[in-house]
Amino acid sequence: MKFKVNGDEIFASTGGRPFDKNKPLIIFVHGSGLTHMTWVLQTRYFAFHGYSVLALDLPGHGLSKGKSLKTIEDMADWISSVIDAVGYKEASLVGHSQGCLVTIECTARYPDKIKTLSLMGGAGAIPMNPELLALAENGDPKAVDLMMDWAHGPAGHFGGHPVPGLYHINTGGMLAKSRTIKDTLGVDFRACDNYKNGFEAAKKIKIPTLSILATDDKMCPVKEGKKLADLIEGSKVDIIDNCGHMMLLEEADRVLKVLKSFITTNYPSKN
Amino acid sequence: MSDKNKKGPESKTYKFDTLSLHAGYQPHKNAGSRQVPIYQTTSYLFDDVDHAAALFNLERGGHIYSRISNPTVGVLEERVASLEGGTAALATSSGMSAIFLTVMTLCEAGDHLVVSSQLYGGTVNLFRLTLPKFGIKCTFVKPRDTEGFKKAIQKNTKGIFGELVGNPGNELMNMPEISKIAHDAGIPLIIDATYQTPYLCKPFEHGADIVVHSLTKWMAGHGSSMAGILVEGGNFDWMQNDKFPTMTKPYEGYHGLSFAEEFGPTAFTMKARAEGMRDFGPCLSPQNAWNVLQGIETLSVRMKKHCSNAEEMVKYLLDHESVAWVSHPSVPDHPDHALAKKLLPNGRGSMIAFGIKGGKDAGVAFINNVKLASHLANVGDTRTLVIHPASGTHSQMDEATLKFAGLSHDMIRLSVGIEDIDDIKNDFEIGFRAARKPRLVSNQ
Ligand SMILES: Cc1ncc(COP(=O)(O)O)c(C=O)c1O
Repeated sequence: MKFKVNGDEIFASTGGRPFDKNKPLIIFVHGSGLTHMTWVLQTRYFAFHGYSVLALDLPGHGLSKGKSLKTIEDMADWISSVIDAVGYKEASLVGHSQGCLVTIECTARYPDKIKTLSLMGGAGAIPMNPELLALAENGDPKAVDLMMDWAHGPAGHFGGHPVPGLYHINTGGMLAKSRTIKDTLGVDFRACDNYKNGFEAAKKIKIPTLSILATDDKMCPVKEGKKLADLIEGSKVDIIDNCGHMMLLEEADRVLKVLKSFITTNYPSKN
Repeated sequence: MSDKNKKGPESKTYKFDTLSLHAGYQPHKNAGSRQVPIYQTTSYLFDDVDHAAALFNLERGGHIYSRISNPTVGVLEERVASLEGGTAALATSSGMSAIFLTVMTLCEAGDHLVVSSQLYGGTVNLFRLTLPKFGIKCTFVKPRDTEGFKKAIQKNTKGIFGELVGNPGNELMNMPEISKIAHDAGIPLIIDATYQTPYLCKPFEHGADIVVHSLTKWMAGHGSSMAGILVEGGNFDWMQNDKFPTMTKPYEGYHGLSFAEEFGPTAFTMKARAEGMRDFGPCLSPQNAWNVLQGIETLSVRMKKHCSNAEEMVKYLLDHESVAWVSHPSVPDHPDHALAKKLLPNGRGSMIAFGIKGGKDAGVAFINNVKLASHLANVGDTRTLVIHPASGTHSQMDEATLKFAGLSHDMIRLSVGIEDIDDIKNDFEIGFRAARKPRLVSNQ
């Protein structure tokens, strides 16, 4: 669905069902340089099971117009504007990677608006490898190749996509190359690298929070994810083995199972 | 710092030869079985009613029924997608069904395609005679006529289709140029890369958007199993114009799903499977998928030998007194020699066409007398194959169509195998000797 946020036309997948304002809202926030499509194996399930879903394309990403936002703080405010723009007062947030930084900051800034927080492959800070950052800012496709290498666990490198016929590394790579690398991945990586408030924001979070971490995640290792989770009161941690940073695709079913149980318990739909 | 240290981090995703052995398969999810298991089953248990609904609604990945997908076939699909540098693939019961599903996923009645005139005979018939029955019309353009492809594009044109190296005339399409023409018109370029395999050429690197293969040929190599596949590059923007409503508009068959919005770089394959495979049903059997996988394991080893044997044969034929002409992109005066070098750096393929002195009668005598080379209607076997197209693969064509397809009565098509090169040459000597006195020697 297309709608306007701060004057820009924004696209969000509604998970294959019409957007229905009578249902509780779950917002999915993608990682650096990626798009709503990374969420296809979670969003459709919730959309078919009593929720209204928005898997966003951040401004300047995927099918959204506008310019990429330059800081995690701006993205956090923008998520709040999205909630207003679609006429809701509250929402549940789900983030992946950079999307975790955005949703942590958003939850800390708008404590009354956000009802549950689910983090996948998250950490309190995501300092970038300087060479990777430079490649992305120069628009070098090598940045995407490196990201796909590091983002997939050893198992994911062989393939084994849950959707028959799809090949992980090339699909992810093509998503990250769908717009100008410099203006998406480059800007996003810089925003991640600059963001320093993650641990402080985490301490302010008082809502039910879930962290899904993966044993073979090189980008946000389990140790870092746990460090963040420890700062969030009562937060729940689930660790997926034999899986890398792209857990939402690499182990889509296992991720969905954990997410489903968490959201339906803590933010139930009456529909 | 040395230059080596300055290079910075390199992606360590697996390379071609490793992918051809491993891609698409995770032993730890298959009882530790090192070899890919053959899932000889039609259907798959649902955990509960909710799981069943989730699979049908494309909420979750997984298998329902082997017409739509099968785990063994899925390994093959991922493997070929990985080797081509594609996002996704859909395997089919034959190369023809891969081409048919591609067209049916792309086009509706009233649509039009621009098609290279030098194609496998079966494909020519599909485009010329069968697709018009579905309301899909084609304009044929000679493969070297790059401008001709542009001129043939109409308002209702939905794609350009061709074989990179035409069959059997060995004329090349200028893929990079023709892909620009297609993209300027907002339509995809579809390449049948059966003769190249991704070892010789990855069409996505030169602007193609969809690749099809008859896996029956070099990819399998053993000549034991029929199979085909369509592979998606993932770069084509279906939403750039309103030419592809079945990709971009809500689809009634899946709760108003828009394939392009929901699946982006894999939208075409998702639609080909969800609609095409569901409704037409040319699925690949798990046994044949497994057979093809066995071949792909040795793809680069075999292709090297195919190409080196082919280059030896080209030299041999060029020097032979019974040969009027030789067509292979490795021949320096082949009109596409330079283009072939650019697009096929790892070898120019193992298909040779040559003219035999003495015309049709000599051709028939040659074919009837060789002993090692097999006379049959296939290409890309590990064994050397020969055929006389005018009386075989293309015999259903009338004189004019034959000429337009770049064929002549003296032409012999040779698919060079990986036998010892001396044995192939010795066998050809027997054929040529017979061809020189066609009425005296016969195998009757
Ligand atoms: C270039 C080419 N494409 C497609 C086909 C059709 O493939 P199949 O025979 O597997 O249906 C052939 C087979 O002869 C071919 O040579």
